[in-house]
Amino acid sequence: MSGIKPEERLAAALARLILAPDAPPARHIAVGAASPIPAAACWLLRKAGHPVRLSLLHRRSGNPFTEGTRELFDLTGQGRIDLFFLGGGQIDGQANLNLVGTGAWPGRDVRFPGSFGSAFMYAMAHRTILFREEHSPRVLVERVDNISAAGVNAPGVYRRGHAQALVTGKCVFRFHPDRARFSLLSRHPGETVESIRAATGFGFDIPDAVPETPDPTPAELALLRGPVCDEMLETYPEFCARVFGRSEARAPAAE
Amino acid sequence: MTTPISLEAMAASVPDGALVALPPDNSLPSVALAKALVRRGARGLRLLGVPVAGFAADLLIGAGCVAEIETSAVSLGEAGFAPRFSAAVRAGTLVVRDCTCPAVHTMLQAAEKGVPFMPLRGLIGSDILAHRPDWKVSDNPYAAGGDPIVLLPALQPDVAIFHAVMADAEGNVWLGRRRECATIAHASKRALVTVERVVPGNFLEDERLAPGTINATYVTDIAIAERGAHPVALLDEYGFDAGYVADYARMAKTEAGFAAWLAREVFGQRAAAAE
Repeated sequence: MSGIKPEERLAAALARLILAPDAPPARHIAVGAASPIPAAACWLLRKAGHPVRLSLLHRRSGNPFTEGTRELFDLTGQGRIDLFFLGGGQIDGQANLNLVGTGAWPGRDVRFPGSFGSAFMYAMAHRTILFREEHSPRVLVERVDNISAAGVNAPGVYRRGHAQALVTGKCVFRFHPDRARFSLLSRHPGETVESIRAATGFGFDIPDAVPETPDPTPAELALLRGPVCDEMLETYPEFCARVFGRSEARAPAAE
Repeated sequence: MTTPISLEAMAASVPDGALVALPPDNSLPSVALAKALVRRGARGLRLLGVPVAGFAADLLIGAGCVAEIETSAVSLGEAGFAPRFSAAVRAGTLVVRDCTCPAVHTMLQAAEKGVPFMPLRGLIGSDILAHRPDWKVSDNPYAAGGDPIVLLPALQPDVAIFHAVMADAEGNVWLGRRRECATIAHASKRALVTVERVVPGNFLEDERLAPGTINATYVTDIAIAERGAHPVALLDEYGFDAGYVADYARMAKTEAGFAAWLAREVFGQRAAAAE
């Protein structure tokens, strides 16, 4: 098996979080547009035989929703989406997400595209895995400039779920909604607690032992590079070409 | 019975200052009509992205047609941030009313039902709510006490604009599973729909087509615009033209580049069509 790509490691790490025994069951997962690695993690579970329902929002052929995009939010409002993925231009130590922009509202310094459905999905999905490859003090900040979606709420505010974890290019953090704080769960190969601390703008808890994020198994790699890539070609041709070396993916995209 | 009008006549029927609802790039935007609005020199439009906005919105903003936008995001997808939108936010020349996707749908659904407001979970703790004085938080009247929930006012756009595959002889419009366009049409005062083609018959008499059809009751006018969603994909009719959007994203990074793009792709087209 050739060298493990960072994206493959992240997909396998996400897949393990999805199946974490202490997390609520993941029967129905929704994946947004700009999320090829989370999508790969979900397909990995499916191809490994786990009976999870995947709703890939931006799938052109076979899109799961027949009532338009509002159907995702109606499903989530009812509690029928177990897991969603979110990222952020900024993510802070209380798991607040900023997808709007930096500086004064609504992002007068650097404007990001916008909050999308985050302000709703984060509170109403049973759980959310936060994912952002860039791990830097610019992204992982003590306090976000603007809150698109709040990490925790005041007591008495109805909320179904919280962040389970934050996966970055350097490590996996676990989130503790009871104390609104992250702890370090594992570090990717080549990283130390100190290198992670230096790249992180927020404070976080460090347990006595911080294991290395495991490699994907040979079986997982074979699935990712074969059947998972097959499923992702239509939606993520660039990603499949870059990570899995499937350049023939360009043909259907050029129709 | 509906007779299609011309694209330019359709653009002329959208008054300056109108509240215009647009679907995003994955759901049948009429890029052809957006270009026609740029050609007619529309001004002061208030755009509503349902629930987000994309290529057509960036184009209208860059061309100076837009005073305000209410949306959950503006993005060119894989091609990155929307350049003219970002420039307008930086310059402070555009009023941006940030939203979150289900809130847009909910406000339109309230208008669709003819009720003054609808509640929505979530949102509490978000700065989106803090910047929306028109959104109110109220205790759930059905709970024993407490349980704050957000109330969203009904939102009735002046005009809904989208592109569908086909219209029939009765003026019914078929849009497949992209039913958010039906919500926009139901909620808006007028719906202007561009289509690839007009076909004989009546979709409502075909059990397989009827569920993906908007009844002509909701459709004000139809104009034929072949490849009217381009560069955006249209169901299984044609794919996304990534090269075209990447070229736009590159040129529209600067004011001058955007002007050159408009001259070539928007005003140049009219000259070609008039020949």
